[in-house]
Amino acid sequence: MSEQSKEVATTNHSSEAEHVYDGGLNVVHQDAVKDPGIEPHRVRMTDKSPKHEKNAVRQVVALFTLSMLGSAFALYAYFAFPINEDLTTVRNNTLFLGVGITLGLLGIGIGAVHWAKTLMPDNEVAEDRHAIRSPEDKRAAAIEVINLANQESGFSRRKLIRRTLYGALALFPLPGIIIFGDLGPNPGDKLRHTAWKQGTRLARDPYGTPIKASEITEGSVFHVIPEGLNPEQEDYLEQKSKAAVLLVRVDPKNLIESDEKKDWSYQGIVAYSKICTHVGCPVALYEQTTHHLLCPCHQSTFDLVDGCKVIFGPASRPLPQLPIYVDEEGYLRAQSDFHEPVGPSFWDRSAKA
Amino acid sequence: MSNTATAKKKNGFLAGTANYVDERVGVAGVLKEFGRKIFPDHWSFMLGEVALYSFLVLLLSGTFLTFFFQPSMTDVVYNGVYAPLKGAHMSIAYASSLDITFEVRGGLLMRQVHHWSALLFVAAAGLHMLRVFFTGAFRKPRELNWVVGFVLFVLGMAAGFTGYSLPDDLLSGNGLRIIDGMIKGVPFIGTWISTLLFGGEFPGHSIVGRLYSLHIMLVPALILVFLAIHLVMLVLHKHTHYSGAGRKDTNVVGYPLMPVYVAKAGGFFFIVFGVIMLIASFFTINPIWNYGGYDPSPVSAGTQPDWYIGWLDGALRLAPTHLEFMIGDNTLSMNILLPLVISLVFLALVALYPFFENWVTGDKREHHVLDRPRNAPVRTAIGAAGVTFYAVLWAGASTDLIATNFKMSLNQVLVTMQISLIILPIVAFMVTKRICLSLQRKDREIALHGRESGRIVRLPHGEYIEVHEAANEYDLFKLVDYKDYQPTLARPNAEGKITISARLRATASRFYFKDSVSPATMTEIEANAHHAHEIEEQVQKAIENQKL
Repeated sequence: MSEQSKEVATTNHSSEAEHVYDGGLNVVHQDAVKDPGIEPHRVRMTDKSPKHEKNAVRQVVALFTLSMLGSAFALYAYFAFPINEDLTTVRNNTLFLGVGITLGLLGIGIGAVHWAKTLMPDNEVAEDRHAIRSPEDKRAAAIEVINLANQESGFSRRKLIRRTLYGALALFPLPGIIIFGDLGPNPGDKLRHTAWKQGTRLARDPYGTPIKASEITEGSVFHVIPEGLNPEQEDYLEQKSKAAVLLVRVDPKNLIESDEKKDWSYQGIVAYSKICTHVGCPVALYEQTTHHLLCPCHQSTFDLVDGCKVIFGPASRPLPQLPIYVDEEGYLRAQSDFHEPVGPSFWDRSAKA
Repeated sequence: MSNTATAKKKNGFLAGTANYVDERVGVAGVLKEFGRKIFPDHWSFMLGEVALYSFLVLLLSGTFLTFFFQPSMTDVVYNGVYAPLKGAHMSIAYASSLDITFEVRGGLLMRQVHHWSALLFVAAAGLHMLRVFFTGAFRKPRELNWVVGFVLFVLGMAAGFTGYSLPDDLLSGNGLRIIDGMIKGVPFIGTWISTLLFGGEFPGHSIVGRLYSLHIMLVPALILVFLAIHLVMLVLHKHTHYSGAGRKDTNVVGYPLMPVYVAKAGGFFFIVFGVIMLIASFFTINPIWNYGGYDPSPVSAGTQPDWYIGWLDGALRLAPTHLEFMIGDNTLSMNILLPLVISLVFLALVALYPFFENWVTGDKREHHVLDRPRNAPVRTAIGAAGVTFYAVLWAGASTDLIATNFKMSLNQVLVTMQISLIILPIVAFMVTKRICLSLQRKDREIALHGRESGRIVRLPHGEYIEVHEAANEYDLFKLVDYKDYQPTLARPNAEGKITISARLRATASRFYFKDSVSPATMTEIEANAHHAHEIEEQVQKAIENQKL
C-alpha cells in the first residue's frame, strides 16, 4: 500500500552518512493532494431570515432576564431560608440559594454563547503565523548584547570572581533550608514506646472503663486503650495513635503460639496492636469465622490465631502483640509495653534503642 | 484637550472612558494587537478552559471559606447546632468546618462549590492533557508548555490533597495517617521528615495549620504563576487547529477574539460556574459531619480518597505481600517504595514524552496543525496504554468496594488487578494501534474509491456493483492531510561510525512507523478516479438502456 513512499525512505542507502533533515523522518510526497483552501461560509438561518434573527434576539434577552430573576431570587432566598437548629433548614438554604445563583450564572453564560453563535458573524478568518524563532538579525543583535555585557563585566574573563560567585550562590540558600529544622523535634525513641506499662489496665475505647476477663465472650472484639488515657491530656491523639489495641477471645485450642509468647495471652484472650504495619490505618475489621483481621484502607489481612501474621495485602510484618495477664480482681492488665515499635515500618525500627 | 472634550460629547460615555484609559495606560495598542486575534474553534479546546474557570471558582469560593475556617488543632468540646456531635472532643478546625456547614448561610453551599470545583479542576486538566497528547499538540514549539501544563496538573493534585486534609475529620485524618506511614517508609530520612512535617509525633498539633499555609498561599500562588506562563505561551504560539482544508502550519483559522471569543469564552465561564453551582446545590460532597473528628482508633470501611488521589492509593494496595526486606538491622519497605517509585516514573514518562517522540521523528519544524489520533497510531496506542495503566491503578483503590458490591472475593479482585496492571496496558496498546491502522486504511479507501452510496446497480452483463461517491475536495483533503513518517536505518555519522544512539533511534523509528499507512496521493486518486469514471459510464449506459 505504501510501497511507493517506502521507496522514497530507503533510497538513502544505509551506507550513506547521517544527514539531518528539518522534517526528520517525514516523507514529503510530491504529488500530495492540494489544499483547496477554506471551505466557503455556510449561511445561517439568522443571517438570511429576519424572523429567525428576531427570535434569536428574543431568546438572548430572555436568558439575560432569567439571569436577573435568578440573582434576585438568590437574594430573596438568603433571607427567606435562614438556618436554625432544624437541619432541614440547612438543606433548604443550600438548595434555594444555590438554584438562584445557578440561574443568575447560567442565564448570562448561555445567553452570551447563544448571542455569539446566532448573531455574531461566523465567518472563519485566517491569520498568518510567524515563526517562533526570532529573525536572524534579531538573534545576532541579542548575541551582541550578551557579548557586550560579558565584555564590560568581564564575566568570562575574570574566572575567580565567577567561581566565587557560583560558590556564594550555591551556599546562600542553605541557611534558608536549615531554619526549617525546628519544624519538629528529633524523632528520638518516641516511636519505640507507647503508653502501655507494666500493670496498665486495659480499658474500653473511648470510655476508659477497665475490662474484666470474664466480660469477654468467645468471638467478641474489644477496642482498647490504656487506662488513664483521657481526651483532656495534651498528647491524647499521639498516644492513642500508638497505643490502640484490639482485644479478642478465641477458642484457646485454635491459638498457635510460639514458646516465647506462650504466656502473653489469657485463656484465649489475645491483645494486638490495632495500628497496621503497612501505613498505619486502624485494623478495625474482625471476621469471626476465619479469625482474620482486615485493614479497611489497603486490605492487609492478618491471621489473629497465628500471631497476626500477614496472609494477604501489602503489609509485611505481623501486628505486634501486647502481653497481658489478669489481676486478682479479674481485670486485664499489660505485662509490659509492646516488645517492638508499633505501626508502619521505618528504616531503623529494628535497631537496638 | 479640546479633542477629548469633543470625543466625549460625540460618542458618549463609552468613548469617553476608552479615551480616559488610553491616555493613561495606552491600551489602544494592546487592543489593536489582540482585539482581532484569531482563535480556532473546537469543542475539545474547551477542556483547558473548563480547568481554568474551575480554578477561578476555586479562588472565589476558597476566599469565602477562609473568612470562617480556623486552621487550629487545639482541642475543644463541640457545642454547636449539630446535635449528634454535641459534647464531643474535636479540633477547632473540625468545629469551624461544622460551623461553616450548619451556622453560616450559604456556608455548606460554598463548601460544596469548592469541593466540586476542585474535583472538576483536576478532571478537566487531566482531560485537557489527554486531548493535547492524542492530537500531538505537544510537538514543537509547545514542548515546554506541555511541561508547564504537567506541573499544573501535579500542583492541582497537591492543592487538592492539602485542602482535603484541612477539616480534620476522620476520613481526611486517615488520609494523613497513610501519608505519614508512607513517609516513614522512606529509607534513612523517613522518620525525620515525618516529625518535621507533623511537628512531632503523628498527628500532633501543627499539620492542619501548615497544610493551610500551603493550601491557601504557596500552592495557589504557584498555580497562578504557572497558569500565567501557560497562557502567555498560548498567546505567543497561537492556538493549534485541527487539520482540514485551508488549515496550515503557517496560518491560524478561526474566529476573532472580539467580539466572538469574548462572548463565547466569557459566557462559558458563567456556564462552568453555573454548572458547578447547580451540582453543589443538589448533591452532597464530603459530608464531614457524618465522619466525626479525627481519632486514630476508629475507621470506616469502604473509604475512598478524592478521585485524583485514587491511582496513588491503588498503587499502594496492589503491592504484593512481603516486600519488606532487612538490610542488616535496617528495614527497607519496598511495599511502600515500589508503588512510590512506579508512580514517580509514570509521571516522569508523561512529562518527558514530547522530547522522546521528537528524538524519534527528528522533526525540527513547527507543528500547528493537530494530528487526528488515528494518524499517529503508535503515539495513540502508547497513550491508550498509559491511560489503561492509570485506570487499573485507579480501580485498584476500589478493590474493596468492587468486591462487596459485586459479591466477589476481595483477594481474587486484587490479584486480578495486579495481573491487569501488567497485561491490560499491553492489550490496550495492541488493540488501539490496530484500530488506528484500520481507520487509516478506511480513510485511504474512501480517498481512493469514495464513500459507499448504498446504490446497487446491475450492469447489462449481469454484474452487480455498488456505486461509490467520491468525497468532495474539502473532505478529501481532511483524509489525506497528515505527516507520513517512515522508519530510518542506523546510519554512520560523519566519522563513519554507527553510534549506539543511531541504532536505538533506528529501532525506535521501526517501532513507531514500520506499519505506517501513507496518505493517498493525487496520482493514486486520479488513477482510481479514471477507473470510477469508466464504471460510472457503464452505469449511465445501463440506466439509459433501461429507459429505452
